[in-house]
Amino acid sequence: MSDPMRIRAQLTGDKVDVRVLMAHEMETGLRKDAAGKIVPAHFIQNVIATCNGKTVLSAQWGPSVSKNPTLSFRFSGAKVGDKVIVTWVDNKGDKRTDEALITAAA
Amino acid sequence: MNRRDVLKTSGGTMVMALAASAGLFRTGEAFAQEWNKSAFEVKNLNDVVKAMGGSTATESKDISFVNAPDIAENGAVVPVGATSKIPKTESISILVEKNPNALSASFTIPDGTEPTITTRVKMGQTSNVYALVKADGKFFYAVKEVKVTLGGCGG
Repeated sequence: MSDPMRIRAQLTGDKVDVRVLMAHEMETGLRKDAAGKIVPAHFIQNVIATCNGKTVLSAQWGPSVSKNPTLSFRFSGAKVGDKVIVTWVDNKGDKRTDEALITAAA
Repeated sequence: MNRRDVLKTSGGTMVMALAASAGLFRTGEAFAQEWNKSAFEVKNLNDVVKAMGGSTATESKDISFVNAPDIAENGAVVPVGATSKIPKTESISILVEKNPNALSASFTIPDGTEPTITTRVKMGQTSNVYALVKADGKFFYAVKEVKVTLGGCGG
C-alpha cells in the first residue's frame, strides 16, 4: 500500500478548508523507461471525500493529473473535531483511505 | 505536528474499521465503476461535453481560474483551479486542449460544497486550458492559455 495522504481540514468561519496531498506515481502510460519500453499507466481514477457520512466532494481523474496529486476544496456543515475521510482508487484497483480531524484556523 | 500524530496513531486497522463501518468501501467501488472512460479518451472540449451527456458548452464569464499561471516553467506540475458563480453548479472539470487526451480531472460538487477546486495537472506543451462547468444540466466553460517552457509528458 502506498504512503499516507496528508490531509488538512481547517474551519474558517462556517466553512471547512480541506487540502489533500496524495502520494502516487500518476504514470501516464505514454512514458518510456531507459530500455525503451512503455511504462504502463498507473493513476488515481476516483477520489471521494466524506464528512459525517455525507459526501463532500467526489472526483474522476485521468492520467494527466500531476504526480503526487494535490486537491483543495471548501465545504460547510461541519464543526471542529469532525472527521474528513478521503479515499482514492487507482486503475489497478489499489485504494487508500486516510482521515483528518477538523481543526480551528489559527 | 498534531495532524501527523493523528495519522500515525490511528494506524491501518482502525482506519479500515472506521471506513468499513461508514460503508465507505462500497461507495468507493461504486465510484470506481463510474469512471467515465469515454470522457477521458477524447481529444477536445466538445467531445468531452458529449461524453458527459451534454450537447454543447457556452463560454461564461461566471467561471474564473484560480492560481493558474500564465507561464508554467514545469509542465509536469501546473497548478490549476477553477471557481464557478453559476447557480446549481454540479461539476467542474479541467481540460488541457493539447494533451493526448483533453480531460484531466472532473469534480462533482455536492450541496454544501463551494464550487471552487484546485489541483495540479501535467501539460505536454503550451495549450489552452478549459474549466468546464455543468450547472443545472447545462455546460459552460472558460478558457485560458498557459504557456509551458518545459513539457510534462516525458518530452
